[in-house]
Parts: sequence; C-alpha cells; structure tokens
Amino acid sequence: MAEAEESPGDPGTASPRPLFAGLSDITISQDIPVEGEITIPIRSRIREFDSSTLNESVHNTIMRDLKAVGKKFMHVLYPRKSNTLLRDWDLWGPLILCVTLALMLQRDPADSEKDGGPHFAEVFVIVWFGAVTITLNSKLLGGNISFFQSLCVLGYCILPLTVAMLICRLVLLAGPGPVNFMVRLFVVIVMFAWSIVASTAFLADSQPPNRRALAVYPVFLFYFVISWMILTFTPQ
Amino acid sequence: MAAVDDLQFEVIYLCQMDLQMRLFRVYSKEFGNAATSVAANPDATTVSIEDPGETPKHQTGTLRGSGREEDDELLGNDDSDKTELLAGQKKSSPFWTFEYYQTFFDVDTYQVFDRIKGSLLPIPGKNFVRLYIRSNPDLYGPFWICATLIFAIAISGNLSNFLIHLGEKTYHYVPEFQKVSIAATIIYAYAWLVPLALWGFLMWRNSKVMNIVSYSFLEIVCVYGYSLFIYIPTAILWIIPQKAVRWILVMIALGISGSVLAMTFWPAVREDNRRIALATIMTIVLLHMLLSVGCLAYFFDAPEMDHLPTTAAIPNQTVAAAKSS
Repeated sequence: MAEAEESPGDPGTASPRPLFAGLSDITISQDIPVEGEITIPIRSRIREFDSSTLNESVHNTIMRDLKAVGKKFMHVLYPRKSNTLLRDWDLWGPLILCVTLALMLQRDPADSEKDGGPHFAEVFVIVWFGAVTITLNSKLLGGNISFFQSLCVLGYCILPLTVAMLICRLVLLAGPGPVNFMVRLFVVIVMFAWSIVASTAFLADSQPPNRRALAVYPVFLFYFVISWMILTFTPQ
Repeated sequence: MAAVDDLQFEVIYLCQMDLQMRLFRVYSKEFGNAATSVAANPDATTVSIEDPGETPKHQTGTLRGSGREEDDELLGNDDSDKTELLAGQKKSSPFWTFEYYQTFFDVDTYQVFDRIKGSLLPIPGKNFVRLYIRSNPDLYGPFWICATLIFAIAISGNLSNFLIHLGEKTYHYVPEFQKVSIAATIIYAYAWLVPLALWGFLMWRNSKVMNIVSYSFLEIVCVYGYSLFIYIPTAILWIIPQKAVRWILVMIALGISGSVLAMTFWPAVREDNRRIALATIMTIVLLHMLLSVGCLAYFFDAPEMDHLPTTAAIPNQTVAAAKSS
C-alpha cells in the first residue's frame, strides 16, 4: 500500500473505479526478473581485466592502441554512417594529428621576431580550443553527444587536412610559382570538403533537425581556418 | 478495508487538487490576462506542481504564445512588464548548472536567419528587439558572428596586403598571425563592453526618468552582435584595393547597422531630456564608426595610388614611392 500512496495523483483515470486498484497486484522483486547485462560504452579493454594485460608484452599493448587508432583513421577516410568513432572514442588520434600539424605549420624559429606564421603553441591552442568551443556549442544547442565523443570526432577529422599539409610541403619543394599555388589550392579545397563531409556524417545525427545548421556552421569555420593556415604556409 | 483505503486515496487526491487550485490562483494573479490561456490548458498547471523544474519552460511556452499576438501592436507597458517577468521566469536554474546556459541557446535555425535578416534590413518604425528577439535573447548569434568577423577581417587583411604588394620584389609574404589575436580582442571587447556601458547608462537614466521601454543586458548584447553581421561581407569586399570603393563600403555598412542600432535605442531614450537622448544615439553611432574605420586602417594597408610594378629601369622611383607611403 505504501507504493500506492506515493504515486502521483492521476485525475484522468480516477473516476470510474477505485484508485490504484491494480497496483497491489504488482510486486517488484519476485515476479519481474531484473537482471541482464549493463555494458558501458567505452573501450572493450575493460573486459580484458580478467585476462590481465599486465603480463603481456609491450608490443601487444602498443599495437592494440595503434590498431584502434588506425581503424578510426580508415573510418574517417571512408566516411560511412557508423558508430565506431563515437562508441570507442579515444584522444590518441587527435593528439597525434594535432602535434603533426603544429610541427609542420610552425614558423621558423630563427625568424620569430617579425610577424610570421603561427608558433607551435598557437596552432595547438587553436585546434584544441576550437574543438572544445564547438563541442560546448553543440551541447548548449541541445545535442545528445558526449563531450569527449565530440572532441574525438573533430580531432580525427583533421586527418585529411594533415594529409593536405604533407602534400603542400612536398609541392613547395618544387619552388614557388602560380602553378604551384593552384595545385596547393586545389588539394586544400578537396581535403577541406572531405573533412567537412566526414565530420558532418558523424555529428549531424546528434542534433535535433531544426538546429542542425547551427551546429554544423562552427565546424565549417573551424576547418576553414585550419585550411587557411595550411594554404598560406610559406617556408622561410 | 479496501473501501477505507480508497477513501484515504480520495482524500489525498482532493488535497492535491486543492493545493493545485491554490497555486493556480497565485499564478493567475501574477500573469493577469494570460491566465485564461492557462485555464484552458489545465495540464500546464498540473505539470507545474509535480515537477517544479519543468514549470518555467511549460508556462512560458503557453504564455509566450498568447502574449505574442497581443504585443505585436503594443509598444509599451505590458510588453516590458511581460518581458521582465518572462525573463525572470525563464532562467530559473541556478547559474552554476549547465541548463542555465542552455536557455541562452534556445533558438532554431530559422530564428537565427530571421534575426540576421532583420539586422540587414532596417525598417523605420520596426524595433529589432521587439520584432525579432521578443524576450528570447540568444548568445549563439553574437558569439559566432563575432568569431566569423574576426577571421574575415584577419584573412581579408592578409589577402589584400598580399595583392597590393604582389609585384614588389622586396616584399616577402608572411601570414601575419598576430593580427588574429588583436582582431579578436578588439571585436569581443566592443561586442561586450559597449553593451555593458550602454546598459549601465540606460539603467541609470531609468532611475531618473521613467522610461516605457527598457532592455535587459542580454538583449543589448544580442542587438550589437547581430548588427555586426553586415561587416562580414564588408570585410571581404575590402580586399578590393581601391580607396573610393572601401570608403563607400564603410558608409553603406555604417548606415545600415547604425540605423538598426539607432532605431532600437531611440524608444529607450526618447522620454528623456532631448539633448541627452540625442547625445546617446550619437555616441552609439560614433563608436560604431570608430570600430569600422579603425579596423580598415589597421588591418588593411593603404592602396598606393602611384603603385607600379617594379621594372629594372626605375628602381629609384619605386624606393621613393615606398618611402613616402
């Protein structure tokens, strides 16, 4: 009877029969089985605690993480609607990509007096604070993606732009010139579009449909700024 | 036994209903004529009792719906009263929770587009705040418009300098990254400190002269943020290295956004002393002009009128021209 007293008043169903008549038939613990499996959506490594990973070789440990990162790279390069990036998020990939990009984009340390390209720290900060701002924006607009999942997706989708940076650096070895510039422009535009498509494929579903454009525009701005930094990179 | 239990439940149920009716009466006193719409929808009242966290959203939903048709023509009292009440009602979560800040991002795509359109087409007599914001100020627009403007100015400045100095052999292109941080400081300071000062000033005048229309701080931030939108295409068009074109663009942009601001704030100061009202509007427009002219002067090099591509035959003249600019 205690359960019946606590339940809220329900005026709609009150009138024809005594209130809460059927409730005394329901008991919680005996009749309805409450058991099952609760899986937490993080890395499957949790289950391997039974087989202790402490004794395995360092090679195994590193290869496992590298394989996970590599698998996600593949998902970014061929974006399909899949949940891998979201389900097993990790921040190793974004870190590797961000460090690579910042190393390649930084200005020559000898010329740091006059205005030039960004420092290593500036690129790093732009990428991470940009990603955090976009994630906050998406959550404030009512998206149902978690903080680190969003960071993971945005970080991994920098991969095409890092590839573009590598190609630009190689092309620049051939010497400056308008043809050179056209090639770089084309490569950066293609990779920029690829990044946007990849990240939208993962992020768009987490937003309510009437706010999707509001959540995607900052992603567009973010990758545009990174593409601009790549395109205007000039070796000293 | 069962009958007695049922009777107990009936009593509890009736007590709950009595409590609901009492609270309903309290709410209806506060919200005056909008109570009729609440009465027509008793579910709203029921929800408000059982789940206090949900109350503000449901109630403001119904109230806003009924109030909006009425205050389309209204300019004055009721509207600002409702604005004050609704503003207070809406942000009921404590400021350290995430939900508090979510109320500032409660806009849909079409609403943001409407507000941007309103800032581009100032229609005399239509107040931007009254027409578009309507007690739902958002921070999405101001923040991202400012961010876009910062990068637009920095990138366009860089591009225009590159194009101006294109032929010079002595010019080595550098992407001037420092300018982004300077642009960010200027734009965000303008978009937040000027509304703060203006809001403080309006509050002070309100205490001396009873104004019909008063704006909350967030609404002023919102107006300023959306009024900066016109500068994004202006900054991109400033790449064109012609002085006359640039100044015409400045005039057009200033005209449009200045008039949006002036028409928004005129109803708030017109009850006041004539001179103070005019001085306020003039200050608003002047600060706006300072921003645009300052950005133009700092980020965009002057296109030299006598700029010629260097040839080997006249190196001296080029050096003299570079020195004199």
